[in-house]
Amino acid sequence: MRTSGAIREDISTAPDGAAEAIHIENLHKKFGELHVLKGVSLSARDGDVVAIIGGSGSGKSTLLRCINCLENPTSGIIRVNGEEIRLKSDSHGNTVPADRRQIERIRSRLGMVFQSFNLWSHMTLIENVIEVPVHVLGIKREEAIATAEKLLARVGLSDKRDVYPAFLSGGQQQRGAIARALAIQPRVMLFDEPTSALDPELVGEVLKVIADLAREGRTMILVTHEMKFARQVASHVIYLYNGQVEEEGPPEQIFGTPRSERLKQFIRNIG
Amino acid sequence: MEAKAIEAFLLPLSQSGLFELLSPTPPGWGGNLLRGLFNSVQIALGAFGLGLAIGTAGAYGKLYGGPVIRDLLEVYTTIMRAVPELVMILLLYYAGTDLVNRALQGFGYSPIDISGLVAGIAVLGIVQGAYATEVLRGAILAIPQGQIEAARAYGMSPSLLMRRITLPAMLPFAIPGLANLWLIATKDTALLAVVGFNELTLETRQAAGSTKAYFTFFMAAGVLYLLLTLFSNVIIGRIERWSRRGMPSVAGGH
Repeated sequence: MRTSGAIREDISTAPDGAAEAIHIENLHKKFGELHVLKGVSLSARDGDVVAIIGGSGSGKSTLLRCINCLENPTSGIIRVNGEEIRLKSDSHGNTVPADRRQIERIRSRLGMVFQSFNLWSHMTLIENVIEVPVHVLGIKREEAIATAEKLLARVGLSDKRDVYPAFLSGGQQQRGAIARALAIQPRVMLFDEPTSALDPELVGEVLKVIADLAREGRTMILVTHEMKFARQVASHVIYLYNGQVEEEGPPEQIFGTPRSERLKQFIRNIG
Repeated sequence: MEAKAIEAFLLPLSQSGLFELLSPTPPGWGGNLLRGLFNSVQIALGAFGLGLAIGTAGAYGKLYGGPVIRDLLEVYTTIMRAVPELVMILLLYYAGTDLVNRALQGFGYSPIDISGLVAGIAVLGIVQGAYATEVLRGAILAIPQGQIEAARAYGMSPSLLMRRITLPAMLPFAIPGLANLWLIATKDTALLAVVGFNELTLETRQAAGSTKAYFTFFMAAGVLYLLLTLFSNVIIGRIERWSRRGMPSVAGGH
C-alpha cells in the first residue's frame, strides 16, 4: 500500500509479492471550476480491502468512479491489473479514454456495486446476473445460469431468481447487485456507499455479504459511511478531505490513534 | 320476440339492397372496401415502422449528437409538427416524387413511376418520425440513469447498451405515445385519398359516388376504421403489459 498524502504511511498489508490490482497516481478531477480531486494516489494489491472514508464532498465517490472511468479524470495515471488506461483529450479539451475497447475490457473485470443498486428493471434477478457474462464476456447461457444460481444461493436469494427488481426490498436488491458483480469474476470489486440508500434494518444483511467476500480474500475498494464496518473489514483505510488524502493507514491506526486533527474530529462527529 | 325485432330492423335494410351493396363480390362493393382497408393497413404499418426507425435515430441524435445534428433535428421536428399533415402530404408527394425524378435525370437515369404505396409510406413515415423522435426522446430520458450507468460500468459497448438496456427499458414509457402514433397513422392514411391512392377512404368515396348510397358506405368505412382500432387496442394492451412486466402496477390492481 503506497500513497502520497499529508501523512505518509508505508505499511503493506497484502502478502509480499501479491500483484498490484489498482494503482492510481496523482489523480486530478475538475468539474468545470470545481477541483474535486487534487492529486490523489492510491494502490491496492490482490487481496487488499481498501476503505475510503471522508465527509460528503470530499471526493471519495468521484475517486472510486474514476477507476473505471465512469468519471473521466482530468489528469493522472490509473492502472488496473498492471494495465494503464490510455487517456486522450477530446475536441472540448476533456480527458476521455483513448481506446473504447480497452476501457470496456477493463470495466468488464471490475465488479461495481452502486449506492442505488441500479439493477436493470426489465430483467428478472437471474437475467440481471447473467446479462454481462453472456452478452459482454461471451459465456454460454447455460453455464452462466448455473453460476448465477450458485451466486444467488450464496447471497440468500435463490427463491427470488425469477422476480423483477421492483418487487424486492432494498436489501435484496443490493444483495442481487452483489451477485451480479460476482458473476463477472471480478479482479476487483468497487463498492460505492453500498448501504447508504438502505433502511437501517436492511443494512446488516448487506454488510454481512460484503464481510464474507472480504474474508475470502477478494480485492475490494469500498467507499463507505459505516465506520465500524470499515474498521472490521478493511486492510487499509484512506481518509479523504477536500480532494486530498489527509491520512491513511491500517484501520487500528486510523480509528484508534488518528494523527490529523480533521480526522480526529471526523471520527468524533460520525461516532 | 327479440328475433322478430331484429327481423323487423333488418328487413327494410335488406330490401334497400344493403347486403347486395356491401357484398364482397361484384356487383357488391365490399371487396373494394376491404382492398382499401388492406392498402390502408399496409401504409400505416410501413409508415409507423419508418417513423419508429427515424424516431429512434432522431431521439439518439437529439440526446447524444453534436450541436449540428441537434439543430438539424430540431428544424425537422419543428417543421413536421408545425405544418398540417395534409399540406405536408401534398408537398412531399408531388414535390418529393418530382425531386426524385429530377435527381435521377440529373444522374442520367430515366424517370421512374413511384408507386402510391411507397410514396405514401415515405410521406407519412417522415411525418410520424418527427413525433416519434419526441416520444422516444422523452422515454429514454425517463429511464433511471443508474441503469445506463451500470451497463457502462460493466463494459457494455454503446450498441449493446442500446439493444439490451436502453430500448427495452424505455419501452414502458414509450408505449402510450407510440400507441397514439399508430392510431394516428391508421387514420392519416385517409389523407392519401387526396393524391389518388386507393386506400379505404378513396375506395369508399368511389363506391358511394357510383351507387349514391353515401350513408351506407361511409358508415361501413367508419365501422372498418373502428374495428381496426379495437383490434389494435388488444395488441397494444398485450405489448404494454409485457413491457411493464418489471414494474409494479400503479393502482395495486390489474
